[in-house]
Amino acid sequence: MFDLLTQPWPWYIAGPIVGLTVPMLLIMGGKMFGISENLRHACAACNIGNVEFFNYDWKKNGAWNLTFLIGVVFGGFLGGYIFANPEPIQLAASTINDLRELGITDFTGFVPAELFTWEVLGSGTGLIVLVLGGFLVGFGARYAGGCTSGHAISGLSDLQLASLIAVIGFFIGGLLMTWFIYPIIL
Amino acid sequence: MISAKDFLKYLSAGTLFGFVLMKSEVVSWFRIQEMFRFDSFHMYGIIGLAIFVGLISVQIIKRKNVKDLEGNIITIPPKDPKQVTRYIVGGSMFGLGWALLGACPGPMFALLGSGITIIIVPILAALAGTWTYGALRTKLPH
Repeated sequence: MFDLLTQPWPWYIAGPIVGLTVPMLLIMGGKMFGISENLRHACAACNIGNVEFFNYDWKKNGAWNLTFLIGVVFGGFLGGYIFANPEPIQLAASTINDLRELGITDFTGFVPAELFTWEVLGSGTGLIVLVLGGFLVGFGARYAGGCTSGHAISGLSDLQLASLIAVIGFFIGGLLMTWFIYPIIL
Repeated sequence: MISAKDFLKYLSAGTLFGFVLMKSEVVSWFRIQEMFRFDSFHMYGIIGLAIFVGLISVQIIKRKNVKDLEGNIITIPPKDPKQVTRYIVGGSMFGLGWALLGACPGPMFALLGSGITIIIVPILAALAGTWTYGALRTKLPH
C-alpha cells in the first residue's frame, strides 16, 4: 500500500481522477472547477486600491474554492512530502539532452535547482523565471478568464468554443517560450 | 462564511486533486518542458483523459438534469466565444508564463505543500499579475 502511494501514477490512472474533479464539484454544490479564480478572490479579500474587478463578496463566491485550494496545498504535502517518490522523474531522454545543453544539471526533484532556490532570486535568470513567469500566469489566466483547470479541463468538458480558443492560446505561448525564448534566457 | 460540512467536502476534493497532481508529476517543471517539446505522451494522456472523463460526466449531468447535494439543478454558465481577443492574447500570455515557470496555478500550490518554499515568489507574482489585470481591465481589448 505504501508503495502504491509513493510510486508515480501513470497517465491513465491520473487523467480520469483529474477529470472526475469536474463532476465531483458540480455534484457537491454546483461549482465549476477552476483554480485561478482563487487568485482573484485573494485580491478581492485584500482589495488594495479599490479596483472595481475586485469589489464583490469573495466570501460568498469564493469560500468553497479557497477551501479547495487549501486542500491542494495539503494534497501536495501528502503526495510530495509524506509519500514522496524517492526516484527521479522518468523523463524522455531527448528532453534531458535538450535541457543539459541549456545548462540544467540537476534532474532529481520536481523542479531544477538551478532555477528554484532562494539563492537564484539574486540572478537575472531566477528573477525572470519566478517573477515574470508567475506574473504572466496570473495576468494571463484572468485576461483569458481561466487557466488549465478552468479552460482546458472544465471548459472543454462542457464543449465551450471559448475554452478551445483559450487552450490554443496556451499552446501558442507555451511553444514560443519553449522553442524560442527559453533558449535565450537560459 | 462556510459550513463545517462544506469545508470538509471541498477540502477533501482539493486534497485528492493536489495528491494526483503530485503523483502524476504534473507539478514538475521538467514534465512541462517535455510536453511543449512533444517528447512524451504523459501530459497529453493526462489532460486528454481528464477531458474525456469530464466531458462524459458533464453531458450526463446536463441531459439527466442531475441535482447537486443541496437539491439544486446543476447549471453551467456558458462562456462568450465572441471575445476572441481575450482568449488568444490572454491565453498566449498564460502559455508563456506556464512554460517559463513550468507550473500553472494548481501545481504552484501543490508544490508549496510539498515543501518547495521558493514557489511563494511566483505565487505572489501571480497575485500581482491578477491585480494588474483587474486594474487595467477596462483599457484592454477583449
